[in-house]
Amino acid sequence: MKQFYDVIVVGAGPAGSTAARVAAENGATVLMLEKDREVGIPVRCAEAVGERGILKVVKIKPEWISTKIKAVRLFAPNGAMISVQHDDIGYVLDRKRFDYDLAMMAAKQGVDVMTRAYAYGLLEKDGFVAGVKFRHLNYDYQIGAKLVVGADGLESRVGRWAGLKTHLKLQDIETCAQMTLTNLDLSSSHCDFYFSKQWAPGGYVWVFPKNKNSANVGLGISGEHAAYKAPIEYLREFIETHFSGASALTTVAGGVPCAPLMEKIVANGLMLVGDAAHQANPISGGGIVTGMIAAKIAGEVAARAVNENNVTEKRLTEYSKLWEKNGGNVHRRAYRLKEAVYKLSDHDLNRTAASLLKKTPEKHTIVNIFKTALMQHPKLIPDVLKVFLG
Amino acid sequence: MIALKMDLCDFCGSCVSVCLEDAIELFEARLEIDHDKCTECLRCIKVCPFRALEVKQ
Repeated sequence: MKQFYDVIVVGAGPAGSTAARVAAENGATVLMLEKDREVGIPVRCAEAVGERGILKVVKIKPEWISTKIKAVRLFAPNGAMISVQHDDIGYVLDRKRFDYDLAMMAAKQGVDVMTRAYAYGLLEKDGFVAGVKFRHLNYDYQIGAKLVVGADGLESRVGRWAGLKTHLKLQDIETCAQMTLTNLDLSSSHCDFYFSKQWAPGGYVWVFPKNKNSANVGLGISGEHAAYKAPIEYLREFIETHFSGASALTTVAGGVPCAPLMEKIVANGLMLVGDAAHQANPISGGGIVTGMIAAKIAGEVAARAVNENNVTEKRLTEYSKLWEKNGGNVHRRAYRLKEAVYKLSDHDLNRTAASLLKKTPEKHTIVNIFKTALMQHPKLIPDVLKVFLG
Repeated sequence: MIALKMDLCDFCGSCVSVCLEDAIELFEARLEIDHDKCTECLRCIKVCPFRALEVKQ
């Protein structure tokens, strides 16, 4: 470890590792700190991604993939099933391998990586973030940096230390529970989503196959609803009803920011990426691809900014502006859709499914599904088109 | 006073993300509440996926 770096990244998830690697590839000296003992675990994630998105950032390695998804199916509260027509290829990842490899790729580019390194504050100088205070095993360190990247996930404390408002409103967090179940009989590899106030108010249940007899079965509910009944209770009931007798290989809790676009993700000497910047898609909760796309941009801008010795907030807005074009604009629209979609009653959802089932299966595209669901909100149709067709 | 049920906590950070006072410190397998900062707004209890937080007299 050096006494000073161009960039210190806090958090070694997919966004942190991507920002670190890209900054190093572009000439910056980089230190990446991870609080846990091992990169990649625990996996607090349903693990599904679209191929098109991932390929914008990194070449996919076969060992990262648990399952290639053949179909996506949506279940209405009354059990009616819609098979979604889509042209992107989907994968259920092996996040342990994926996260581990992304960190390894960063290290290969010269990034110094430390695990069990717990950041607890920032160094400041003349109104600029100037480094990180952290504890590693028995020692406290204060390591200086021209620029700090907060990739510390849902908790997003690095941003708060620099004065950014990263706290989530209760309606903007999906609070989740997931079990990886085995001894299931999964005939084919499809990703299933269940929508219903009974199973997941203000959210949904997912069943994503990991192999022929195991799947990530989990759910997220809006923080507003969680006050009355905890996600783990909803999950217990869903599993008892749908997968009675299955064994659980993992049981995890988690939270996903499904929040409005954060307008300010940079400060003097600081950038936020990934869940820490609330970059997860507010409708799907998917945050791997969006976080990595933003992190790639952040890494490039970081390297240029430190090279110019200019890390003012103004200079770093190049990152916010590029993120706006490459994801932020879609995020803003997706949040509007989320607000409308989560107001739909179970009756509305059943009616939507019934109306779709009257049309031929090739009409069951994601755009048509949202158009039908939001029939009462014609003003949102441009958002539907922009979010799902780009 | 907000208290943690250590055996239920999964250390996921949901509580930290909604804490307006920045009163929760989360380590890999340890969670500490700063009772001087805590205003007992109960937001952390509401979002906990496993109900690992509770009010204790």
